[in-house]
Amino acid sequence: MAQKQRRRERLLKQPTAQESHDDEEVSTIQHYSPNEASAERADDSLVFSRPPTGSRRGISLKAQHASTSQHLDDFMTQHFEEKLKAARSKVENLQQEEASAEPVSRLQSLRDRDTVTRFDRKVDPVRAKGHKASPARNTGVKFREAARQIAEGLPTTEEAYNFFTFNFEPDPPDETKRLDKKKQKQRERAEEDGDEDGEEEAEEQEDADAEEENQDENQNQDEEAPLVGNEEDLFVIGQSPQDFLEVRKAEYVRYRKRVQRDSELLFTPSFQTVPTSVKLPENMKPRYLEDEGLYVGERPPISVTNENILENRILKMKEGIKWFGDDGRIMALPDPIKESSTRPPLFHMEGDLDPALQTVYRKALKSKYANLYIGGAADPEGDYQLDVDVSGLIFSHHPLFSREHVLAARLAQLYDQYLTRQHNNLTGHLTDKLNGLRKALQNMVSVHGEQIITQAMQQRISEYSLEVRSTRQLRDAEQEKDRTLLKSIIKVWKEIKVLRDFQKFTNTPFKLYLRRENVDRASDEQQYEDEILSEVMELAAESEEAYQKKLAEYNKQLEEWKPWMKKQKIKKRKKKKKKGQTQDDTEEEDEKEGSESEGPFEEGPPRPVPPEKPDFGLIDQQVREKASRIRRKPGEAILIPELSASGSITASEFCPRTEVARRQDVSKRSLFIKILYNDKEVSRTDSRSLSTDFRVHFGQIFNLKILNCPQSINLQVFEEIGLSCSLLAQVFVPVPEPSVVTGNVPIEEFEFSSNQRVMFDHEGVGSDVPLSFEADGSNKLTLLTSGKLSSSVSWGIGEDDVPLAPPVSQQPGGIHSGLGRLDAVTYIGASGLYDMKKISEWATQSRMDPNDPKNASIMQLLKVASSGEVTAPEYFRLEHLQEEFNLVLDEKLEKSNRFRLLKLRSQEVAEFRNYKFVPAFDREVSNTVFQEYEKRLKDGEIIDTKEHLDSHRALVAKYLQKIRESVINRFLLAKHDYLLSDLVIEEEIPNIGILGINLFKLAEPKRPLKPQRKERKKVTAQNLSDGDIKLLINIIRAYDIPIRRPQSNKPGQSSQSAIQGSDWYLSQVQVRPFVEVSFQRSVLQTTTADGPNPSWNEELQLPFSAPNGDYSTASLQSVRDEVFINIFDEVIHEIGVNDKERGSSIHTQIEKHWLGSVKIPFSTIYSQSRIDGTFKVNTPAVLLGYSKERSHGNNGGYDMLRSLNEGAFITLFITIEPQLMPGESVREKIKEVKFDSQEDERLLQASGKFERDAALSYPDRPCITTVTDLNGKTVFITRYIQPLNPPQEFLDEFPNNPLEATTLVARFVSLLPSLPDQVLFSRACSLWSTCDQFLTLLAGDEEEHAVLLCNYFLSLGKKAWLIIGTAIPEGPTAYVLTHEQSRYLIWNPSSGQYYGQYDTFCPLQTVGCLVNADNVWFNIQEYASPMRMSFDITKANFWKPFFSRSFSHPGLSSVQPEELVYQRTNKVAASELQTRIENILKEKIMDWRRHQPTRWNRYCNSTLKRFLPKLELGGGQEVAEGHRLELQSQLGDYRITGFPLHMPFSEIQRIIEQVYSTGVHNIQTSKAEFALAVYVHPYPNNVLSVWVYLASLVRT
Amino acid sequence: MATSTSSVFLLTVNGQIEGANFPEYDSLYCKYCFVYGHDWAPTTGLEEGITQITCKSSHSHKLIWNFPLEITFKSTNPFGWPQLVVSVYGPDVFGNDVVRGYGATHVPFTPGQHTKTIPMFVPEPTWKLQKFTGWLLGRRPEYTDPKVVAQGEGREVTRVCSQGFVTISFHIMTKDMKKMGYDTGPLVPSDLQSATSEWSTEEKSHI
Repeated sequence: MAQKQRRRERLLKQPTAQESHDDEEVSTIQHYSPNEASAERADDSLVFSRPPTGSRRGISLKAQHASTSQHLDDFMTQHFEEKLKAARSKVENLQQEEASAEPVSRLQSLRDRDTVTRFDRKVDPVRAKGHKASPARNTGVKFREAARQIAEGLPTTEEAYNFFTFNFEPDPPDETKRLDKKKQKQRERAEEDGDEDGEEEAEEQEDADAEEENQDENQNQDEEAPLVGNEEDLFVIGQSPQDFLEVRKAEYVRYRKRVQRDSELLFTPSFQTVPTSVKLPENMKPRYLEDEGLYVGERPPISVTNENILENRILKMKEGIKWFGDDGRIMALPDPIKESSTRPPLFHMEGDLDPALQTVYRKALKSKYANLYIGGAADPEGDYQLDVDVSGLIFSHHPLFSREHVLAARLAQLYDQYLTRQHNNLTGHLTDKLNGLRKALQNMVSVHGEQIITQAMQQRISEYSLEVRSTRQLRDAEQEKDRTLLKSIIKVWKEIKVLRDFQKFTNTPFKLYLRRENVDRASDEQQYEDEILSEVMELAAESEEAYQKKLAEYNKQLEEWKPWMKKQKIKKRKKKKKKGQTQDDTEEEDEKEGSESEGPFEEGPPRPVPPEKPDFGLIDQQVREKASRIRRKPGEAILIPELSASGSITASEFCPRTEVARRQDVSKRSLFIKILYNDKEVSRTDSRSLSTDFRVHFGQIFNLKILNCPQSINLQVFEEIGLSCSLLAQVFVPVPEPSVVTGNVPIEEFEFSSNQRVMFDHEGVGSDVPLSFEADGSNKLTLLTSGKLSSSVSWGIGEDDVPLAPPVSQQPGGIHSGLGRLDAVTYIGASGLYDMKKISEWATQSRMDPNDPKNASIMQLLKVASSGEVTAPEYFRLEHLQEEFNLVLDEKLEKSNRFRLLKLRSQEVAEFRNYKFVPAFDREVSNTVFQEYEKRLKDGEIIDTKEHLDSHRALVAKYLQKIRESVINRFLLAKHDYLLSDLVIEEEIPNIGILGINLFKLAEPKRPLKPQRKERKKVTAQNLSDGDIKLLINIIRAYDIPIRRPQSNKPGQSSQSAIQGSDWYLSQVQVRPFVEVSFQRSVLQTTTADGPNPSWNEELQLPFSAPNGDYSTASLQSVRDEVFINIFDEVIHEIGVNDKERGSSIHTQIEKHWLGSVKIPFSTIYSQSRIDGTFKVNTPAVLLGYSKERSHGNNGGYDMLRSLNEGAFITLFITIEPQLMPGESVREKIKEVKFDSQEDERLLQASGKFERDAALSYPDRPCITTVTDLNGKTVFITRYIQPLNPPQEFLDEFPNNPLEATTLVARFVSLLPSLPDQVLFSRACSLWSTCDQFLTLLAGDEEEHAVLLCNYFLSLGKKAWLIIGTAIPEGPTAYVLTHEQSRYLIWNPSSGQYYGQYDTFCPLQTVGCLVNADNVWFNIQEYASPMRMSFDITKANFWKPFFSRSFSHPGLSSVQPEELVYQRTNKVAASELQTRIENILKEKIMDWRRHQPTRWNRYCNSTLKRFLPKLELGGGQEVAEGHRLELQSQLGDYRITGFPLHMPFSEIQRIIEQVYSTGVHNIQTSKAEFALAVYVHPYPNNVLSVWVYLASLVRT
Repeated sequence: MATSTSSVFLLTVNGQIEGANFPEYDSLYCKYCFVYGHDWAPTTGLEEGITQITCKSSHSHKLIWNFPLEITFKSTNPFGWPQLVVSVYGPDVFGNDVVRGYGATHVPFTPGQHTKTIPMFVPEPTWKLQKFTGWLLGRRPEYTDPKVVAQGEGREVTRVCSQGFVTISFHIMTKDMKKMGYDTGPLVPSDLQSATSEWSTEEKSHI
């Protein structure tokens, strides 16, 4: 105790950090201290000079050091216990110890092991302590400690204690005096030795010491260990300088030390055998069950080392001891591994298994009700009990009913009905109400009498009368029912009586008495009359009202009708006036005329018919009729039926045999009822026999203790005959509310019925068998077994009146709060509103105040409803509350402009497809939005002649529009069909070749010396916006531009001089051409170059914007804009020298003169993605002031080549940046959609294969075998080729010159306006029209032209083929090939030009296939360019025919007509058109020159006009210079520039565009005059050739 | 287009593409664009953009972009409410830039702060062989237009494979929606109440 006190003192001075720790230790360890202390003292003086002897200690060191301080504490306790034990045992022997190192046998003595253990244990903690303790103190403290120890000589018990109990933190190792170390070691040893007395212990110590000596420098931990702040000793010794001076070695951690340090942290269980004493509870001897004769299973084999390690580990754990058995070994189950297999061997593992034995796997099914326990599942005892009371059963029909029974049952039923009606007395109630209402109405009228009736009053009166009407109708209905019910009761009773008389026995005890209640005849009559009178009055009023209403309506209609009538009359009259009829027609006649005129003029509203006046007499009659039908006659006695069952039944002996058989059958039957709870039978009643009145009484109550939530309660009625029983019917009983408990539940009747068919040969009527009560067998009835089961289900009541029902909240039905009960809809749900039962249920539950006027209607409804006849609504509605949610009426919605706009947009109507910002409110939608659309709709019928000038063309345009719309609609549908390729870009499956190339590519140099052209990345058009797309036009060079003709008055010389002398060329500028490109009204131009063969090499970028900002493929394809590439000559005129003031400034004026143009439609560029080539410039036949003669330079051979051609050429490269995906995918899809076809399936397949093969082997050569006609059907291409007659006049014109005729025909074809399909049908595939269709439509693309031309040529007796190929700039197109005089000619059908096969500038680039009426040949030659190939189709290695010997021509008939019929040329119309065009153009030109006056030179106009027909006659070819000269001579002092334009006529707009693009109107000089002449030359079938001669004249 | 006179409501979207979780891929970047109906038009802000490339750090497997989104739309009709379409790209084993995921989400309707995690997916190749060659050549199937994922039409022809997630936070403000009779209302959950109220007050001051 004294020690304790001292410790406390010290503790006070100790650092706070250690306080708590100390306290903890006190209680556990204190009692050992004296012992320890004494031991310490005893062994203090031991010497430590022994040499190291074994490594065992080292091992244990390693093994034990790892435990943490916490562990250590626990461990210490144990350890000391062991030590105590060991001391008691007092056996120490070195040999034994050594022996213990060997594996311990089971029989080894406890003692032996004990020593070993002790040895291990003993050292470890010390070590551990030492290591742990060391770091906490700094050198100073250590020094102090050492000093203290010196002073005291011996460590105190406290110190010893502290040594063991403190936890110290690591500290950097430091070197201290040897003295300290020795002291410490001594102390350590003392402690250790203090525990034991044995010699070997000492030896061990010495071993350890020796070790420590060896490594003294490193083993600082040991030196520093045991120091605890003994504050009082702090200054015992003065510090010497050495104390503060530290000399350190360079830090190096030796291996061993590191091992040691690691061992502090890591626990490695020793593999030495653990002594049994440690493993067993104190004072227990190991018990060997085996020795006691008990069976102990063979333990699984474990190596001893592993077992030892395991034991050591377990011992370190908390409660480790419990893992050891009584014998001191780890508990183990017997070895589970059997030596031999106990499972029977499986034979026939594969397949041969008997199918019956095959394992069938079924999915585990969860029981439906398994988890549906009521209430808390934790409380299964929460007894819930359902009481099912089955009281009895009454049949309303049973197969064994006799006929009398049937009638009796009906009578009983009717009587029941009568009783309930009587009880409700609805008629009386309604009559009272009616009277009350009438009185009130009368009062109201009489009180206010003749006074002015206010609006409100009127309102009320009308309301009342309405109410009266409805009440009266209800009452009438009720009265009628009462009356008919009474009648039918009497009728049935009479029938019964008749039947009983007839069959001479009685089966039922029913008897009906009719009680007669006499009434006062007079008053009754009076009442009756009153009633009728009032009713008549009311009806009269009503009909009067209706009449007034109708009359008003009629008047209104009449008002509307009259003015219209008048108008008609006036019209008529006017007509008459026109006809010169006399004006004094009578009114009557007018009237007549008017009515007559209705016929032809129709449309006007029909004359309204005045309504009929109501007839009071008729009403009176009707009312009386009704009254006599539904009411008791006045004065007639009131009949009250009374049914009693007092009659007697005839005994069986007196009955005929059949009846007896029936009765016997009845007695054989018995019934019982099964009770099914959640579809499981839980109980059944006793079986009771059927009584003669077909009632069964069970009177049984079943108490069902339930666990599962009730889902259904089902009562099944079974009928037993002898041993067999059959299910008659089932009755589902609702699960009661939790509030429904036994005792307060009335027995309810549940109706049931069964449709089983039963027939008997005795009196029983059977079931589902027609039977009749009439003598003649008519009026058959079919009765089904039916009846009523009276039962009730309720929750049981346990002892203490506790209801055995689940808590209310658990029931789905029980969630209604008080609030819910107030609102019918929330209570019963919307669907229940038509269910009277539910409403009444709600009404009773919500305790509605029946006197509340608000509830009057519902109360009345309920009263009517509760009488049993639920009047179902006369309509059916799927969503009966929909009306509530209709925010607006449908009509209103239809009227809404906004809604209309949204609808049109979603229908993708062209005008609204991309409509942005539909306004948020209806009022913000301006009506102008629809104007265009409505106009278009209206225009569908009316033809706008103004825009088209020509009625025929207008019609055609309309027709085209229609076709186009239908095609577009088709594609709108198709557009919503997606293919994977539309959505996902995916690499094609590469074949080996591509793979190889790709692999090869990997090895390819990164920057090859000769880089290959890479394909530009294609951009899908969807994510583009305005300004993203640019049109790149590279103007490279041009050839043979017309050169200026010197302005001289000597016409004859000019050309000569031009030809002569090259000096002249050098000195004089021939021409300064530049190119102007206009597209979508944006215009760009190149720089000006010199000479007739200029080279510009310039790139022009033109912005492109899609219509409506819609960059979808569809809309891009329908862009109709064209790129105009115009070549101009820049002419500079000096207009006087202006040197008024100083120097000379020369004013020059720049004029541009149009030389020619090239047109390229955007759709071509888009579908081609690039256009590259040399094009023929469309130069006018005559260029005033220019000569087309070629420069006769010495260009040698090249000239020779070109000499074949006339005119100028320009080299262009056009593309779109970024490259757009052409709409191929859409076209492909169209193929998927596949139009229907009348072609043979085999042919279609073959053609598909042919095309595919062609595309595979020569992807760049177009190959067409099937095309789509205008009706959208697929047609084989050869059907289009058939000789067709050209207009006869062409043939007549040149009877002896076939070539002339040919060119004329070609010219005629080229004059048919061309309209690409893509533009026409927006992205549709190419539709081919037949030649007659083409001539009617007067529009078509190259294919139609080519087909027509080819057919004409064939009829002219030429060998002609259709070439399917590609050309510039059209792209894929069709040309015509003819074979004449051993050479092939290629005809461009759209221009009428022909080229030789070897023509350099032939626009045809590739020849894909040739088509004629018999066959299609695909080009399989090496080259596809016409120049390098052979057209000899007989050569099989050049041309692959479609129809060959293997697949012969099936004899396809042509789709073309037999003969073409041409309309005669209409010269009048042409000349009319000519004037109109001329006027329009003149207006336009003046319009374009708004800021300057435009003067027309009339003389020149007329001169030009004279030239034009000549030009037409010349076939558009250049005529002689003659007329220029002529002009020149006539207008000598003018500088004339001008040219004729020629084009086929299609639309006026095109002509205007073309004129505009020449820029003639741009001349700025005020002196300029203009001349314009138009000539329209008519060809057969309304084909018109339009010439426009434009000239500008500047007076020189 | 009588937009000047007609009433419009405004929707301001602030937020950021916070990051993504693609367990298997690294060094990804993200493209985004807004897809909206005919009645919508952006008034200010960027409609589409592309983020920096981000890599995973050693201790987190998240890809962080923190790429700001800021855009204001005006509209007359909630139909075609803007959707944000994100597509994530990154290099594959061979360094080819391939798509790693497409995803779309509607811009939230209610004013306030929202965090959306968009599951990402990529179209699957039609054939196994294509899958292999696509992998080899670095050309995986891609949508012709990333905006496809914001529409329902035509998706039935594609098959996709899930990839990862992109997290996006939005701060939504609306103006004049109530005036036009559209009440999107604030979020009800109480934990978001504070945030929403803050925003809705701002919204009020806006009006």
